[in-house]
This record gives sequence, structure tokens and C-alpha cells, in this order.
Amino acid sequence: MARYSFQLNGRAVTVDSWDPGQPLLYVLRNALGLHGPKFGCGLAQCGACTVLMDGKAIRSCVTPVRQAAGHAVTTLEGLGSPDKPDAVQAAFIAEQAAQCGYCTNGMIMTAKALLTQNPHPTLEQVKQGLAGNLCRCGTHTRILRAVLRAAKA
Amino acid sequence: MATLSQISRRDLLKSGGALVVSFALGAKRSFAQDISKPLDPSEVDSFLAVHADGSVTVYTGKVDIGTGLRIAVRQMAAEELGVPVERITLVEGDTGLTPDQGGTGGSTGLTRGGSEVRQAAATARRALLQLGAEQLHRPAPELTLAEGEVRPAAGGAGVGIGRLIGDRRLALKVDAKAPLQDSTHYQVVGKPFPRPDVPGKCTARSAYLQDFSLPGMLHGRVLRPPAIGAKLISVDESSIRDIPEVKVVRLENFLGVVAPDEWAAVRAARELKATWSEWQGLPGNDGLERWVRDAAVDKDQALVSKGDPAAALPGSTKQLSATYRWPFQSHASLGPSCAVADFRSDGLTVWTSSQSTHGLRGSFAKMFGIPNDKVRVIYLDGAGSYGGNGNDDAAADAVLLSRAAGKPVRVQWMRHDEHGWDPKGPVQLLDLRAGLDAEGKIAAWETQMWLPTTIPGTRPFLGIDAAGMAQAHGQGGGQISQNGDPPYAAPHVKVVVHWTKQTPLRISNLRAPGKIANVFAVESFTDELAAAAGVDPVAFRRRGLADPRALAVLERAAAMMEWKPRPSPNPQPGTGRGIAYMRYKQAENYIAMAMEVAVDRASGKITVRRVTCAHDCGLVVNPDSLRNQIEGCILQTLSRTLHEEVKFDGSRVTSVDWASYPILRFPEVPTVEVALLDHPELPLLGAGEAATAPVAAALGNAVFDATGVRLRTVPFTPERVKAAV
Repeated sequence: MARYSFQLNGRAVTVDSWDPGQPLLYVLRNALGLHGPKFGCGLAQCGACTVLMDGKAIRSCVTPVRQAAGHAVTTLEGLGSPDKPDAVQAAFIAEQAAQCGYCTNGMIMTAKALLTQNPHPTLEQVKQGLAGNLCRCGTHTRILRAVLRAAKA
Repeated sequence: MATLSQISRRDLLKSGGALVVSFALGAKRSFAQDISKPLDPSEVDSFLAVHADGSVTVYTGKVDIGTGLRIAVRQMAAEELGVPVERITLVEGDTGLTPDQGGTGGSTGLTRGGSEVRQAAATARRALLQLGAEQLHRPAPELTLAEGEVRPAAGGAGVGIGRLIGDRRLALKVDAKAPLQDSTHYQVVGKPFPRPDVPGKCTARSAYLQDFSLPGMLHGRVLRPPAIGAKLISVDESSIRDIPEVKVVRLENFLGVVAPDEWAAVRAARELKATWSEWQGLPGNDGLERWVRDAAVDKDQALVSKGDPAAALPGSTKQLSATYRWPFQSHASLGPSCAVADFRSDGLTVWTSSQSTHGLRGSFAKMFGIPNDKVRVIYLDGAGSYGGNGNDDAAADAVLLSRAAGKPVRVQWMRHDEHGWDPKGPVQLLDLRAGLDAEGKIAAWETQMWLPTTIPGTRPFLGIDAAGMAQAHGQGGGQISQNGDPPYAAPHVKVVVHWTKQTPLRISNLRAPGKIANVFAVESFTDELAAAAGVDPVAFRRRGLADPRALAVLERAAAMMEWKPRPSPNPQPGTGRGIAYMRYKQAENYIAMAMEVAVDRASGKITVRRVTCAHDCGLVVNPDSLRNQIEGCILQTLSRTLHEEVKFDGSRVTSVDWASYPILRFPEVPTVEVALLDHPELPLLGAGEAATAPVAAALGNAVFDATGVRLRTVPFTPERVKAAV
């Protein structure tokens, strides 16, 4: 079995996989026990599986584990905790920007990457930045408010 | 298989206050009969337990599917018990721990679920005051219950409820007459307490069903046939021999795989070669309206019959008729349905996000021949389901696979399973006729609707049918015939339902069942009448309404939109505004909604700029959580109205991902303003779905105002709009 080493939430990890094409999502969720990224479609269409790789938002459901080797991966767990949330997480909590919360991981991770690139986006820029992330409960207006709040924090 | 080396999950969570997700209740596997706690809904102890430290556990059979019930029920209990909200833990939808309060649907989470908890808490309050009276040697009427203790109302030392009853049973029947706190003096109900699940959801510390696992658990996937009625002819297991540790499970036409590694199960399900028979039994989208009109009718039912519209119509000054159409739609949950089942010789435990855990328990007990008390079904949070999505079917899949494998099995459907196989919201077809009198008022109205009939019993589970096992074959989409009559004064009104025997695709409840399409037809057609009368749409509705609560929401939504009276369409085309009003189920919430749109004639694209909504659901328990629900109702139904239609051919559903079944995206999101018309003095009404119902009509009316073109078929796709204008 091939081994893959990468940085995960600031620590070095090494995993084995019988299939180099195994999506990173399954490795994170099952081998590494990180449940922030969610399986939504497996087709890179919804964004629920989003993680950061070297600071960029990627879809872990279509990223083979071998592509993570040598890179720095951050999951929702790596941003902050309920006691010490990251600024984006804190803004989502303050705006109560979740219903079922299944898309929340992707919203926060995509917003994190967006705000790194553009710290003070307009509402229209946030809408465009989240255009590839789907929410089914209809929490969009709160999510938009949360991202703009995080930008001001 | 992936394995973890030299690092623990705790290390991977950012250091400092890291909280390892635990399933305190879920991980303990025990059957209902092992638990001594009462479950009978006539007993106070079934709903709540006061612990020695003064904290309280509340038990409800209703579940929080992202709707905020989790905080609202706590608030209702806290208000009666005089205990801070933070000291109350809520246990939901566990058949081993919670009373059966019916499924979570039809906006009954608080109206029934919360109200039953509240009555139990009020009964407990009276008993605690009596116990306190004995302890404090003061008459009960001089005492009050606040901050977790019974104390003299006039001040002085009290005694904690934990000391009075801690962990002992109250052993009381719920008293329907136990007095409730005076709602005009509520301290907790009516306040915007934050939802306790949100911080965990935003930091990945909350436990979803999808994250749940058991020792020795296998991952399962099911291969559904390429045509709905196809039979399994043969399976070539050699096609997956390179994938490690996979076992194929075949039970007649049920075909699944299990493996210790999830990715192995996913790949095996994708690559396993199976041969299925041909089957062509569906009418396909294009032939759907013809199919519905020609379908065999089980019975015709007159839901409303006032006066004689058929006789009155010919004599009316102006007559209109129109047909409105609503397509099959999917629940389209963002996370595909999931379940974990542990089938053992001594019983069955299932973890699920089903909205009806008690219902599932009964079904599984019957199907698998297990006594009811040996089946335990436990709710865990999942992706929003909005009614009967694939959750119950996924649970049946997991049970079948666990029974075959002899181990606990987790099944998560793939995206194509969810879009392709969730039971759908039904196709709806409405023919409307109406006449105006000389003053431009409604003289007569007739609605005819075609809906799939209700067949008693639970709907068949996919896996159980495929495995050739006996089960009920019920059919139903919920209360789909409501709101088919206008809420406005009219001397002659008739509403007739043609209940068709069959439905091409399997159906279930989908948020506000039937009512969205019915209100779309009724409120769009009302707008047609207003335009024919040359009357402003708000004024036309106003003069047909008498109920002050109805008028209050109508005026409020219009005022928020800075509504200037004039007939539609807009003399300056391109932009427009529309309004719709409805009373949910013609008996509950009052809602009015206005929209402002721009329509690009060249592309057919509709841009929704603003939505205003005035919402009266009586007593408001948690205003922020309620707003979240209303905003969600509006945006989800905009999505359903603008984009959503299940596509199918003669064999199967073909819209099986987010490209072929698109939903609303962020760039389309309008400004949404919600006004809550709170009535603490009135009973509360459920609000999980009511605000969905006026959305499509308000949008269609705004498009008419902007273009002079009436859209009567959902979804309002650019192609359809372009063709119409």
C-alpha cells in the first residue's frame, strides 16, 4: 500500500491507501476522523466537502489523496473550536447562519479562502465567491451577512 | 484501505479546548425494554426528568431537522419549569427514550410536540410547588418557581428542584388542565435564544448521523436498477475482484455491497457488473399532462361546495379560465440519505435522520418479524430532509445489509441515488374558472385539481420490495389538497379533486405538501381577475378579506414594498411587483408576500430583487429561529419555482445530479425582509413550512406586472419565459 504524507491542520500526518485515486474526503473522514468535510455529491458540484489546500478552497471529493501529498490541508476543525472560533466561524455563529448545517463546512471554508484573497469584498463579490456552493435550506441571506461580518472583524 | 499512523483525532483538532465528538446516547446500544424510563405520553415522566443537580432532561418524539425546534422546545419547557434554558438537555426522536408524538411534519413540531412538553412541564410545576410547600412549610399559592428553585413569591430562602425530586419520578399523569404560565408575562418564550447546535455545526464539533460509526461496522452501498421496474438477471462478482474485502449481497432484485472501507464500497457499487431486464413503464416528462388527465380516477371529491358556480358563471360580467401546472420535485437533500443499522439475533437498532423514528420502528418490526420492543430507532442530525426524502429507504437498505452481513452497516446513498430515488413531491394540475360581477368582484369560482389518491399504510420501501419481502403499499403525499379555494369573499365556490389511482413516480410529503402549487394557482388566478377588473392587486384582495389578521399581513407586506396602488401590468415594463396572500391550511398562519423583479426579455432571465413577507403565526416562541425558517421557506421555494423539475424518461429519473436538477445559487439571492406579527395572547401555530406557499404566486404575479405575460407552469426557466414573452 502506498503511503502519503501531508500537513493536516498544522501537523504532519502519514496515511496508507490501497487506491491512489481514493478521494481525500474519504481519507479525512474515515482514516483521520475529521468530519468537517461532508459527502454531498462526489462530483464537485455542491461544495460540502471543501477543504483548504495551501490556503486554496478545493473539493476533497474529487481530489485524489496522492495529490495532497506534500501539501498543507486545513479542515473546518483546524480553523477553530466552539470556545475559540476563527473569525469566519464566529461570524457564522453570531448570524446563526445555519439550518441543517450540512453545507456549512463548505460555506465557511470557501469564505475563508475568499477573504484571504479579498479581505474586504462587496456583497456582489461574496455572492460570486460562493456561487459554486449549494445550500438547500435557504440560509443564503444569513451566510452572506456572516461573510460580510467576518470581513469587518 | 487508509490507516492512520502515529496521530490521534484529538491531535488533529486544533489544540486548546478541543472537544472530541461523542454520541453519548447513540453509542450505547440497548433496546427499549432495557430502559426503565416511561414512554407513555400520558405520563409526565415520559417527557421530563429533574436531576439531583437541578438540571432537567426533556424528551420529545419530535426532531430538529435544522428548524430550531431544539431551542424552542427548551424555551417552552423552561418557561413552565422556572429553570434556565441552559440547564435543560433535550433528547429527540429516540424510540427507547422519547414518547411517540407522531412524525415531525406538517409544522406540528411545536403545535403538538412543544405543546405536549409544555403541558407536562406545567403539571410538573404544580407538583414541584406542592413539594416545595411541604418543605418550606408555606402554602403553595405563596410560592413561585424561578431559577430552578421553589421560593416564596414575596422573597426569602427557597429550595432547589433537584433537592425536591432529583432523579426520582414524579409519577403523575399529564393534566390537560394544569395552568400554563401567563403568556403576556413570558420571560423566556419570545426571546431570540441562539440555537445550541450552531456553534458545533460551524466548528465540526457537532455529531451528524453521517459521522456515526460502531465497532466492526461495514460500509454499504446499494445498486439500484437502471429502470425502475427492472429485474436482476445476473451479477458478475469477478468484475470487482481487485477491490479489497468487498462482499456482494443479493436478495432477489436487491443488490448491494459491503466493505470495511467506505471507498471500497463506493468503487464496488460503481464497478460491479450486473445485468437487468428491460422495463418501460413511465410516461416521461413530455407526456405527463396527458397522462394525468387520462389517468384512472379513484374518486372525485368536492372539498368546497358553496352556491352553484356552474349556474352563476355564465351570467357573470367577465369570465376567465386557466390551467396551472406544477412538476414532480425532489427533496434534493444536500447530503444524500444515510443510516446505520445493527441487526442482531436479539434485536435491531437503527440510527437515522428520519422524521418519523416511531413510524420506522413499527414498520421494521413488522417487516422483519421482530417484536416492537426489540427494535430501537434513534434520531441523529442529518442533511435537511423537508419531508420524506430517502432517509427511510436508506434505513431499510442498511437493515437488509446488516442482516445479510451479520455486522453493523452504514449506508450512505450516492448523489444519483438521492436525486433518482427519493420519493417525489407529486405533479399537480389545476383547472380554474371564475367570473367577475359588474363591480369587478368575484361572482363565482371553480377549481378542479388532479392529485394522486391516498392509499392507507406506509409507502413501500425500495429495498424491501426489491428483496421480495412483504410490506404495506400505501400511497400519499400528505395534505396536498388544501388551499385550493380562494380566501376571498365569493358567493359561489366549488373545489373538486380528481383523485387519480396511480402516480408515475413514487411520492411522499415534500415541504408544505400540495399547498405551494395550490396557492400558486389560486393566487395567480386571483391576480388575473384583478387585472381583468383593472384593479390594483392589493386593493382587489383587501376588499375580499374581512379577518383583521389577514388584512394586517396584507397591508404590512405591501407597505414594506412601498406599494403604490395601480393595476398590473406595469406601464413601464421590465420591472414589476407582485403580491400573494394565503392562510395556511385555510385555518392556521396568515402570510402575505410581495416581490420585486426585473425580467430580461432577450434572455428570459428573471431577477428577483426584493422579497417582503409579513408573517402571523400567533405566539412567537423564538423570533430569530422563526425568521431563519421563514427566510429558508422563501429561498427554497424561489429555487423550486425558478429551477426545479424532476426529469424522467420511460424507464427512470434522468435528473440525477445538481447539473440536471439545478437549485438556487448565491448570485440569484434577493434581499429578504420579514416582519413578524407577534400575538403572545394567541396560541402558537407551526411555522416550518407555511411561508413557502405564497412564494410562487408572488413571483408569477411580479413577472406579469413586469411583462404582461402570465406564467402558469413551474419552473419559470429562462427558455419558458423567453418563449412566453
